[in-house]
Amino acid sequence: MTAPLVSVRHLTRVFDVSKPWLNRLIERLPKALLTAVSDVSFDIPERQVYALVGESGSGKSTIGKMVVGLLKPSDGAVEIEGVDLSRETDDEKIERVRSDIQMIFQDPFASLNPRWKVRDIIAEPVSAKGGKTDGLAERLLEQVGLSAEDAGKFPHEFSGGQRQRICIARALASEPKLIVCDEPTSALDVSVQAQVLNLMSDLKDEFGLTYLFISHDLTVVQHMADRIGVLYLGRLVEEADPATLFRRPAHPYSQMLLAAAPKMDGFGREADPPQGEIPDPINPPPGCAFNPRCPLAIDLCRKERPELRDVGRARVACHRVEEALAAATETVTA
Amino acid sequence: MSDAVLSVRSLVVEIPTRQAVLRPVDGVAYEIEAGEILGVVGESGAGKSMAGNAVIGLLDSPARISGGEIHLKGQRIDNLSREAMRKLRGKEIGMVFQDPLTSLNPLLQIGDQLTETMLEHLDISETEARKRAIAALEEVGIPAAASRIDSYPHEFSGGMRQRVVIALALCAEPSLVIADEPTTALDVSVQAQIIALLKRLCRDRGTAVMLITHDMGVIAEAADRVAVMYAGRLAELGPVREVVQRPRHPYTDGLMGSTPLASHGQKRLTQIPGAMPRLGNLPEGCAFHPRCPKAKDQCRVSPWPTLEADGGRAACWYPVAHLEVAE
Repeated sequence: MTAPLVSVRHLTRVFDVSKPWLNRLIERLPKALLTAVSDVSFDIPERQVYALVGESGSGKSTIGKMVVGLLKPSDGAVEIEGVDLSRETDDEKIERVRSDIQMIFQDPFASLNPRWKVRDIIAEPVSAKGGKTDGLAERLLEQVGLSAEDAGKFPHEFSGGQRQRICIARALASEPKLIVCDEPTSALDVSVQAQVLNLMSDLKDEFGLTYLFISHDLTVVQHMADRIGVLYLGRLVEEADPATLFRRPAHPYSQMLLAAAPKMDGFGREADPPQGEIPDPINPPPGCAFNPRCPLAIDLCRKERPELRDVGRARVACHRVEEALAAATETVTA
Repeated sequence: MSDAVLSVRSLVVEIPTRQAVLRPVDGVAYEIEAGEILGVVGESGAGKSMAGNAVIGLLDSPARISGGEIHLKGQRIDNLSREAMRKLRGKEIGMVFQDPLTSLNPLLQIGDQLTETMLEHLDISETEARKRAIAALEEVGIPAAASRIDSYPHEFSGGMRQRVVIALALCAEPSLVIADEPTTALDVSVQAQIIALLKRLCRDRGTAVMLITHDMGVIAEAADRVAVMYAGRLAELGPVREVVQRPRHPYTDGLMGSTPLASHGQKRLTQIPGAMPRLGNLPEGCAFHPRCPKAKDQCRVSPWPTLEADGGRAACWYPVAHLEVAE
């Protein structure tokens, strides 16, 4: 077993969302700290697609930003090829690892500079480091299914799907090993989404890429990922391969999420919708974050936060995972 | 005369521009019966929201209805005056939009917004309206409705706000609700709650619903019939099970294939090549033919086929044939 390309260890990020100090003084308010990511650990082996799913506020984008180094972790570490970018002091190492990481963002309208030509946008990751960029943009454009003449155009001349292709071409320019994709297809229509997802799969095989794929869309994640991490309120509650997760979700939250997702063959389905909402991340419930909504919660769940432990081929953070699995099997047979 | 609540007949919406007259909705026709949910799907720019806005008379100038008729409970409404239309909106037609924050007034307590709507459209006293407002909030599942009625919109979460909007849309007991992407801004688990709520309320009251969305999964679960739109026209119309499992129009077929699905287990998604044409640049003949794998000469030359080309199902000269699976 080779060392994983990305290794995330006990990653935690806390945001200070307090009011200004004068207000706090006058209104006698305590500091408000929002724990967006709390003690998350996972590995991404080379040439794999690791997906993070979760609802809004689950911390998936924050993790993505910490992996590429746009945010510093409050605690814990992200190691890429064995280098912890937030603590490493050797500039040469930092330089080398940084050019191995690229990111694709959700909104292709906001992530391209409208005043730059496509050629300059795509070549920037290389030219910023003084590399040779002759014909680079043209070659990459053809690789992502656009034409070489498009290099002389501006971003506004392209549709959403085409722009996302430009973003992908830019991400490929510096020949990275890891691409962090934050909701890369959420802003696109279904048929365009299919084109972009197919392109991403092809490029992965061609360039030997590793993806950290962040999405809220379960169907997309199931299609793309080799391994899926389910996040709830900044915590990793379950990690499994798609077949295991979708056939036999172990954590009560994963079960709820999968049951709630609309299904193409669920004609006139009258399923009981999930109860409650995600709790306030500033004052998360003690113990397991899911306990107020969990049908299986016991006293232990309200007191002690469950650790991730191996359950079959998955890793699950739940005190009651055996009962949860038994309950799920019952509903299938019933 | 059918007993349809809403009947739209060859509706045409035009936007005059300097270069040409664009037709974002072109010859769309459908009916919705009481208690029925009609799903309208399509990609961005297909004209689905425009078709909904035409029905409630909320087209932004310079867009205007230039042809066809809209009947609500047998009464023609597309030629009503602005004032008459305003009375109709809220009373007979309720609306739920995508973003619950922009459809509520941030400066008014939700109770005031609910009672205002009821006092405007129903002949009841203020105390009665308030009582009904609390009942309406309880019905959409807002806990402690009697105390939360005096809260402002920002004090609610996104899912709760959308519940308030639904209460608002239904409080005057309209016969038709137009829901334009009601769950697109919401998380999966909240989306399931809102869809279940919308379905339950409309079934209980016999309200007709036009559910506009781009999410086929939502349509499959909620709608009774589906209308698929492409480039401003109806591509396919039929019962949801038929359209999803046995799509007749090549566009619908491609749309289904490009939805990533577990049950398919395919490694690659089917892709529809190209993109939807711009309205100012529609191809001759069938608007879908440049992207259609089965296009023949007739598709390029003859005018856009109507649904009658396939017995009222699909607007296509060569609809996809499905082998009948013996069951």
